[in-house]
Amino acid sequence: MSSVVRSEIRSGAYADSIVLMQLQSALTRLPGVIDAGVVMGTKVNLDLLASSDLLPESAAAAGADDLVVVIKAESDEAAEGALGQIDSLLARRSTGGDSEHCPRSLAAAIKARPDSNWVLISVPGRWAAGVAREAVDLGRHVFLYSDNVPLEDEIQLKQEAASKGLLFLGPDCGTTIVNGVGLGFANRVRRGAIGLVGASGTGLQAVTARIHELGGGVSHALGTGGRDLTAEVAGIAAHETLDLLARDPDTRVIVLVSKPPAPRVAAGLLSAARATGKPVVVHFFDFAPPAHSLDNLHFTNSLSRAAELAVELIEGGAEPIAKAEIAGGEHRPSHLRGLFAGGSLAVEAQEGLRPFLTPLHSNVPIAGVERLADPTRSQGHTILDLGSDELTVGRLHPMMDQQLRIDRLRQEAADPQVGLLLLDVVLGYGAHPDPAAELVPAIEEIRREHELEVVAVVIGTEEDEQEISSQIERLTAAGARVFRTVTEATTYISRVLAARRPTGGTPVALDVLSSPVAAINVGLETFYDSLTGQGVETVQVEWRPPAGGNAQLTSILERMKG
Amino acid sequence: MSIDQANQSAFERMTSARPILTAVDVAGKVIPDLGERMLLHAGPPIGWDRMSGPLKGAVIGAILYEGWAEDEARAAAMAEGGEVTFEPCHHHQAVGPMAGVISPSMAVYVLENLTHGNRAFSNFNEGYGKVLRYGAYSTEVLDKLRWMNEQMAPVLAAALAESEGLDIRALLAEALHMGDEGHNRNKAGSLLFLKLLAPLVAKVAQDKATEERILQFVGDNALSVLNPVMAACKAMADAAHGVEGSTLVTTMARNGTDFGIRVSGLGDDWFTAPAPTPDGLYFSGFSAADANPDIGDSTITETAGIGAFAMAAAPAIVTFVSGTPRDAVTATLEMYEITTAEHPHFTIPTLDFRGTPTGIDLRKVVELTITPRINTGIAHREAGVGQVGAGLVRPPKEVFEQALIAYAERYEL
Repeated sequence: MSSVVRSEIRSGAYADSIVLMQLQSALTRLPGVIDAGVVMGTKVNLDLLASSDLLPESAAAAGADDLVVVIKAESDEAAEGALGQIDSLLARRSTGGDSEHCPRSLAAAIKARPDSNWVLISVPGRWAAGVAREAVDLGRHVFLYSDNVPLEDEIQLKQEAASKGLLFLGPDCGTTIVNGVGLGFANRVRRGAIGLVGASGTGLQAVTARIHELGGGVSHALGTGGRDLTAEVAGIAAHETLDLLARDPDTRVIVLVSKPPAPRVAAGLLSAARATGKPVVVHFFDFAPPAHSLDNLHFTNSLSRAAELAVELIEGGAEPIAKAEIAGGEHRPSHLRGLFAGGSLAVEAQEGLRPFLTPLHSNVPIAGVERLADPTRSQGHTILDLGSDELTVGRLHPMMDQQLRIDRLRQEAADPQVGLLLLDVVLGYGAHPDPAAELVPAIEEIRREHELEVVAVVIGTEEDEQEISSQIERLTAAGARVFRTVTEATTYISRVLAARRPTGGTPVALDVLSSPVAAINVGLETFYDSLTGQGVETVQVEWRPPAGGNAQLTSILERMKG
Repeated sequence: MSIDQANQSAFERMTSARPILTAVDVAGKVIPDLGERMLLHAGPPIGWDRMSGPLKGAVIGAILYEGWAEDEARAAAMAEGGEVTFEPCHHHQAVGPMAGVISPSMAVYVLENLTHGNRAFSNFNEGYGKVLRYGAYSTEVLDKLRWMNEQMAPVLAAALAESEGLDIRALLAEALHMGDEGHNRNKAGSLLFLKLLAPLVAKVAQDKATEERILQFVGDNALSVLNPVMAACKAMADAAHGVEGSTLVTTMARNGTDFGIRVSGLGDDWFTAPAPTPDGLYFSGFSAADANPDIGDSTITETAGIGAFAMAAAPAIVTFVSGTPRDAVTATLEMYEITTAEHPHFTIPTLDFRGTPTGIDLRKVVELTITPRINTGIAHREAGVGQVGAGLVRPPKEVFEQALIAYAERYEL
């Protein structure tokens, strides 16, 4: 059978993809039409057309702002007939008769509904940042579904929103449930006490759906956008939403879900999660958890397990851990210096602290820890193996001779950024006969002169000649906090330092979680339909590319805003 | 000063202007710089060779009326040969509907803006049928012009001299509450105008026959007040013109060939593009094929925040744009998106007395690709046939784009 291909290009006639698809399917149902392509003329779309043998030369020159309609038909008449019906097919979408005014700008929509608190944005990526900026300027929380938003725009917009106490979810945020309302793609789930933060839309859907299935319920599920936990964006939205859920009285257990996070961002977020005091279930893809659980943190290895654990924690009567123990240190110096006599203990300390303290330095670094440029000078958080060869040249090993360590303790204590000192005390045959005797005066002196905390790990038995109970007693009396295992010590340290993290931005007011959602939807009409279907007051903005997509005019308009 | 501040200032000047109809006088006497052999016309500048049928007809009619030529052929030759100068009404603080031709001996309304002191002028409205503003110049047309200018004008001049002046802004505000939008529908305003004039005319008219004919003429013509209203809008728009940095549109006008705008912060430069043909309803016997491209200075009403911008106030005329009363509301709501603020004096009952959208902002028009709505009459493309319909037109978006680019150049953005 022979066929003809005809095309029409409509310059600057923007329509969203759903409209285009509806038009395409209506065109293919017309008599004599074999196939049809209806796209905006981006490079990708034109390539797609070409691959379906639907790109005649006449359409190949179309630009990204051009609506391209291609008809493959059995005859010229059928093709021309189909092209002639484009307008009436497009018009059929709006139900005839009375027209409801659809605002064309965010400003007009907000004027029409001044109580709108959320703006949903799903316009093409290169314009999304402009719309989002306007939303933030107008003081609204943003759910930004669009992808392909430039990274620098994301960072700048999130910082701006955070400084104004606004939530900025996205770009590329697929899923959020706030106050019982699903934004974007979301499942209908029971209300409950589990709050979620996710840099993974389908991850949030999987966990919330599973929670529902298990009989649990969701307080809020806040998406941050897929790039939020990259090193560049640094988890601005994740921190903001986590902080919000930490303060939300309706949220008793928190679930954190993310695509593979940047290590440093993961560390910061885990510290923040520690500081919430609420039980937090963590599932980061492609991430080696430091432990099965750590204080209030619970690590899982699958989305379904994250849901199950959250439900179990609620059923077990989850309670926040005592805040008193960790609060009140926000403005204190927060660097840690660990001075180890035992090499393996220094390694284990790194393992325990690595997920929370970044960058972490050492003269004997494990993977993910940075090597100290000069072992005699510590930087930031540092774990030193004082028994390492380069430090013991010409001296006894620090297991036997405390002098090297005492000198170094004084050196570290004099650094005003240091807030915590960690040391090990290893007893037994061959070791110093009474380490406490030398360490106690040094610790007492340091604690007199500096406002810092000393943590000691004492390894040994009651049978050892140094008498472990006496060692512990004297170290404790000198003001050291003593643990018997490295894990206990590092758990304690990461908890304390989590509480000392500086918090940035203006906290988002809790009423975003309790006020009814009133939304402005800029972009996909399906989002408008699903919001109104949920009974949410929503204004649809009939968005078009600014200045019809004309680059020169857009750039002038941009400069006029300056 | 930021653009927003400049626009706010221009908006405040526009809406605080208080145009009062104070006098009727002879154009050549009161209109500044109106030369002896000069004709004013609607819209942006245009030469004889590019004029459309209705404007050419009106020019011939005006030359004949002034007695500069004996017949049509000679009049056309004068116009073509450069013996007559053509300038836009807008360059002389004046406005005229459709062809908008004003010649030196015609009577004009004189509007004074009490707030800012500027004046504005408009010719008289001739009513319906064969009229000069649609390019007709038969004897019957010229006879009616003579009666208006020689018999009616002196009486109206004397009548106005008896008054403190008629507050056209107040009249408009009231008319908007009576179903007018001030451009295509001036039924209520014209009756209010008649009500204000009648006792004054009765007081000064020398004889009953003249009094009767004048009152009958003003009362029969539902567009009587359109011309003073346009002059009032011109006085408001001029008050807003010349604010440094402002992107407020202060002129929209068509000459039947080109559509032109001017912008407050862009001096006296026109930005023009071919005038579109209105969409609308045609009187029986006519169709879109008969329509002339858009013509007239009456778009000064939309420029000042009434006309199509106040469509929600005038549901009775929505059929002109083949719509429903809801569409009338939608039309006004759309115009809020491209304007600076809401008029403090012109309010719309159905919108809970919200002020009309006023002060077209060039930036918003370009950014949102929403061009202003304009309600308009449609002229026959041939001289002298008259009005063939009414409907809706929007300016070509190019004029706003040109102006935006010119703004960027002038202000070195």
